[in-house]
Amino acid sequence: MDTNTQLLRFITAGSVDDGKSTLIGRLLHDSKSIFEDQFSAIAKTSEKRGMAAVDLSLLTDGLQAEREQGITIDVAYRYFATPKRKFIIGDTPGHEQYTRNMVTAASTANLAIILIDARKGVLTQTKRHSYLASLLNVPHVVLAVNKMDMVDYSQARFDEIVSEYKAFAAQLDLHDVHCIPLSALNGDMVVDRGGNLDWYKGPALLEFLEEVAIDHDVNTSDFRFPVQWVCRPQTNEYHDFRGFAGRIEGGEISVGDAITILPSGRTTTVKEIVTYDGNLATAFAPQSVTLTLNDEIDISRGDMFVKTSAHAPKVEKEFEATLCWLAEAPLDRNRKYLVKHTTRSAKCLFSRLDYRVDVNTLEQHAVEKLNMNDIARVAIKVQSPLVFDRYDIDRSTGSFIVIDEASNNTVAAGMIA
Amino acid sequence: MKLVEKNMTKHSFTHLDALESESIHIMREVAAECKNPALLFSGGKDSIVMLRLAEKAFRPAKFPFPLVHIDTEHNFPEVIACRDKLASDLGERLIVRSLEDSIKRGSIVIKDESKPRNPYQSVTLLETIAEFGFDACLGGARRDEEKARAKERIFSFRDEFGQWDPKNQRPELWDTYNTRVNAGENIRVFPISNWTEMDIWEYIGREKLYIPDIYFAHEREVMRRGGNVIPVSHLVQPKPGEKVEIATVRFRTVGDMTCTAPVESTARTVEEIIAETASTRITERGATRMDDQTSEASMELRKKEGYF
Repeated sequence: MDTNTQLLRFITAGSVDDGKSTLIGRLLHDSKSIFEDQFSAIAKTSEKRGMAAVDLSLLTDGLQAEREQGITIDVAYRYFATPKRKFIIGDTPGHEQYTRNMVTAASTANLAIILIDARKGVLTQTKRHSYLASLLNVPHVVLAVNKMDMVDYSQARFDEIVSEYKAFAAQLDLHDVHCIPLSALNGDMVVDRGGNLDWYKGPALLEFLEEVAIDHDVNTSDFRFPVQWVCRPQTNEYHDFRGFAGRIEGGEISVGDAITILPSGRTTTVKEIVTYDGNLATAFAPQSVTLTLNDEIDISRGDMFVKTSAHAPKVEKEFEATLCWLAEAPLDRNRKYLVKHTTRSAKCLFSRLDYRVDVNTLEQHAVEKLNMNDIARVAIKVQSPLVFDRYDIDRSTGSFIVIDEASNNTVAAGMIA
Repeated sequence: MKLVEKNMTKHSFTHLDALESESIHIMREVAAECKNPALLFSGGKDSIVMLRLAEKAFRPAKFPFPLVHIDTEHNFPEVIACRDKLASDLGERLIVRSLEDSIKRGSIVIKDESKPRNPYQSVTLLETIAEFGFDACLGGARRDEEKARAKERIFSFRDEFGQWDPKNQRPELWDTYNTRVNAGENIRVFPISNWTEMDIWEYIGREKLYIPDIYFAHEREVMRRGGNVIPVSHLVQPKPGEKVEIATVRFRTVGDMTCTAPVESTARTVEEIIAETASTRITERGATRMDDQTSEASMELRKKEGYF
């Protein structure tokens, strides 16, 4: 019954005009993930709005305001499954002012589908979406060249767009780019191959989503274990039990391995890897486990265990990062904010603003203040040291959020450089 | 706790393992960062999965929060029996607050006993949150259930009136959760946000979880109203001229008796339910929740008023 299906999280970036919602609707519809009552609800709405055919894009409209205004205002998550994989779609609006939503959805994605209208080719927004995918270090990118039906399914047009895109993408840090011609409207090369794109020999979109290798999307080499919660049952049976609960954010660990506790630098060895289902000999990212140790050391939430033999993370009170400002209120450099990084929080100051990146041109500009959706290179000073890696090495230990203590709002997301 | 050697290889790390690890991580964040959390537990299948996840997150210690049930007193007796049995088997503290208390206080005025009580649940929930000063409530809602839930954060901030503001949600990135609230405010936390109905059933099967038997096919007195199959109960009696029949049914959700419809089914085991879930063409709430059928935005409106 319980099959070995893996979980793949992906996002779709593009505007309504690129047929993004239609593509998601097509994926859900053709993989038989739309239910009859959902279908009849959108059929009713389509009819009410005077449309000739059922508008599959209505499936992704969630909130009242969106239905009224015909827009998408936030990230919505959709779920579907095939016999090979389970999928979570982070559906993000492509509208200009919603950079923050794409950043949010991309932060947990294995893969980004970047949509292009075959008639229009590579646009400013294509560059913006690609830049954000590279900034958030999304491991795989699919360039979906949609509306091929509008360009007579022309291979020459597809090749032209692909070469233009690859020339642009070379400036970015994208690791794995795959280009697929398709027509979401007619269903060509989405789930089924259709009969119009026979010159394309690669996988259809869904086949690619089912097959792309994601085992190495997490940091598999360096053991990283931020202590989340200290487990002290204080019962008779477990009188002396002191376990350190957390999720492995990188690499793997075995019983007997030597570990270093940071920031203190004390060392010990792993005694047990405890789980509810029994003790393990070895555990790996992203498992949630509880570790017991062979020495009594003062350890609390926010400490990080690393393998003594592995590549060491940095332990610093100042670091550089790329910051995406998410709040309406601009950054106030006179104020202290709170950084939450792994399981550790610390007060922080922005000691330097180096430059702002224009997400459309990738040009660097001088920066005085940060407004919503701005992306900038900054230097940050924290009150107590953080234990971190570069974001491109480990997405968990290289990322942080910034909280405004006055409003308690999350005002920025950062990637350590 | 069992102490068996079990080694999982990376290759066998399935979608259920990934979802489970994510949910455990979320529950531990709540335990570590929130001052006074609670776990909302109804005896339904999603909250039963939540209990197992809490065991996985915190054993061999006790749960760092009590279980709380807001009882509409419109619940199926089998579900209440299951609620009490599981809480007692686990040895965890269960707090029950009833809509009847709010009715006695006058904070809820019921117009019609035979109508669903879900709209009033928020009132008693908010009163219970105030009574105990809870700053975080873990709930078993899933994003695949409903359109408004699809847009809600895992850590969903509520103001001092318990209201959800969908246009003004805190950005949520990676697995770094902002748990901060001011006094009087609270956060609803949904550790199984990313689970689907199918994932829940596969997990119930894998973990061999005990669930109320009305989830399995059984014979029951029902009436047919419109397109819905309505269970006969002390709250819902046939209207003059309505025919009562015995049907073989099971419940896909177990909410308020007056608005929860069973589906016709012969599935008597978890495996058979999984097979049926895989081939069904109707969504879970669409098939079973008459209160969500009233308007396109029913759930969104209830959530804005403090519903979980």
